[in-house]
Amino acid sequence: MNKQVKWAATPYLAWMAIFIIVPLALIAVFAFTTTVTVDADGTILSDEDILAIEEEFADEDGNLPEGILFEKTIFTWANILEVSNYMSTLLNSIWLALIATVICLILAYPVAYYISRLDFSRQKMMLMLVMLPMWMNFLLRTYAWMTLLEKNGLINQFLGLFGIGPLQMINTPGAVVLGMVYNYLPFMIMPLYSVMTKIDDRTIEAAQDLGAGAIRVVTKVVLPLSMPGIASGITMVFVPAVSTFIISRMLGGGTNMLIGDLIDLQFLGNAYNPNLGAAMSIVLMVFILLCMSITNSLDDEDTEGVLM
Amino acid sequence: MEKKKLVELKNIVKEFNGEPVLRSINLDVHDNEFMTLLGPSGCGKTTTLRIIGGFATPDSGDVFFDGVRINDVPPHKRQVNTVFQKYALFPHLNVYENVAFALRLKKTPEREISMRVAEMLELVNLSGFEKRSVNYLSGGQQQRVAIARALISNPRVLLLDEPLGALDLKLRKEMQTELKALQQRTGITFVYVTHDQEEALTMSDTVVVMNGGIIQQIGTPQDIYNEPLNTFVATFIGESNILPGIMHRDFLAEFAGNNFACVDSGFAPMEPVNVVIRPEDISIVEAQEETINGVVRCVTFKGVHYEIIVEACSVDWIIHSTKAPEVGSVVGMTFTPQDIHIMHRYPDDAPAPLETVRKPEESADNP
Repeated sequence: MNKQVKWAATPYLAWMAIFIIVPLALIAVFAFTTTVTVDADGTILSDEDILAIEEEFADEDGNLPEGILFEKTIFTWANILEVSNYMSTLLNSIWLALIATVICLILAYPVAYYISRLDFSRQKMMLMLVMLPMWMNFLLRTYAWMTLLEKNGLINQFLGLFGIGPLQMINTPGAVVLGMVYNYLPFMIMPLYSVMTKIDDRTIEAAQDLGAGAIRVVTKVVLPLSMPGIASGITMVFVPAVSTFIISRMLGGGTNMLIGDLIDLQFLGNAYNPNLGAAMSIVLMVFILLCMSITNSLDDEDTEGVLM
Repeated sequence: MEKKKLVELKNIVKEFNGEPVLRSINLDVHDNEFMTLLGPSGCGKTTTLRIIGGFATPDSGDVFFDGVRINDVPPHKRQVNTVFQKYALFPHLNVYENVAFALRLKKTPEREISMRVAEMLELVNLSGFEKRSVNYLSGGQQQRVAIARALISNPRVLLLDEPLGALDLKLRKEMQTELKALQQRTGITFVYVTHDQEEALTMSDTVVVMNGGIIQQIGTPQDIYNEPLNTFVATFIGESNILPGIMHRDFLAEFAGNNFACVDSGFAPMEPVNVVIRPEDISIVEAQEETINGVVRCVTFKGVHYEIIVEACSVDWIIHSTKAPEVGSVVGMTFTPQDIHIMHRYPDDAPAPLETVRKPEESADNP
């Protein structure tokens, strides 16, 4: 490889080492350790032991003299095991993110195909419209949905005119999924569009020429050729959706907690426990990697024949 | 016996963004014919092909297939298959699946598919390539896959859109011979689009010369070459010396300051005409009184022959000869009455009137 290229890449490689690899290692360290109290010999003390020692050695103000109790960090599986108590939340997060991803795919696929077949200037305009909401602040967009979905929100007021409702829309899993779809839909459309725009018109005409009607042109040619776009679209929607906490907090109202909310609570909330938070992050990461490896197998050349 | 008309185009007009691409095209494609649409880029030949294939609809006019109007029949329901420019193979399928595509859509039994695919691959000399990815084939091999893919469902007509354009010269010549042989063996009607006049003359039964969205001339390769109807055809098909002249009466033409006996007739007395003489029909001899004499201006080696420019009667004559005269020397030029071709003179760029474009059937048989 070219030496200059290597030098030019160095700043980011350094960045990657400091801000990606090191923090990841730190999270792993947090996840697999816990802080315990030991005595001078290094024996781990249970809560009762500590109480006994405190009763024996504490002065009138309740302070212990130096050199009796020490804190020590030890390796443990306990954090990871504790995550299993929150498995239902984790599975719920994956489930909601999965629904949102499927809805995004169903909505985005025809639109991406449609845009990719427009003439060039129209393509650019349509893409700009797709991207337009992304230029608005994420929080603002989600707030807007709150005011729409509220008990006295715009939608309920409108339905009220016809004597319907008020419907409970906000603080439901449906609202969380809606927020995910709304926020992440462009991330599905863009990779699909960029793959589809590379499919030559002549290839599609060749399929028609050989006897394929509109539906079979899509299933036999467009779909297999757009698999890479589907795979990266799923990744780009599923990963942020499964780990979001803003959307669920604002539209789920605290009753529809996602794993992201739990992690947030361990670091910034009153349940402060960074070790457990780190363990949750690690478990989530493993689940995401699993899902991704399934998705990426869609994109494998070997499986393309099977998909036909 | 007159051959059956398979495809008929009647008064086809097509515009793109207000630009006329086809202006009233009338064309009959006969059964078992190898027809070539020949013309420069933008002449409307590909659009004509796309209208037959169903990928473009005419703004006005009708397309008939086997006597039935098919203007509104979508491509996948036409008994016509296409070999696309740059082949348009399916990149996600291997050679076998590309060729089998049409049969799979028809839910043909697997046994029949494998038989037919093997048959097609043998036809195009690609046996043994079944499992290869089409993305790693050479241009010539991709070309063959495209032909096999288009032929597998036994189309009545095969449309070929500049199929040899991306190949190198040697391969192109080989494929020309193969395509012609393939057409004769299968008996399928070929409609072939090209801008390469040599390709058209080599392969076709009928050549259709197009320019500016208008058919300029329809005829056998010999007709087109020997009896061009207008200046465009004469200059597009091979090189020509085109001289203004006057037709005194049948079989006597005046040009280059002399009267010449010729074999053309049917012109008005004293009609101003254009005279075409092909460069290879002119012989260079010693300057004599009865020859046209001129000075050799330039000699270029072209491989098989020399291209010689001789200035005579204040015109530059192009001559092809295997012998090269000295530059600057005075030479004489001769040709026989059969070498002189007389054309009606039309205003610049205007095509021949439509009724003269296709020669009557009886004369097409004796080139």
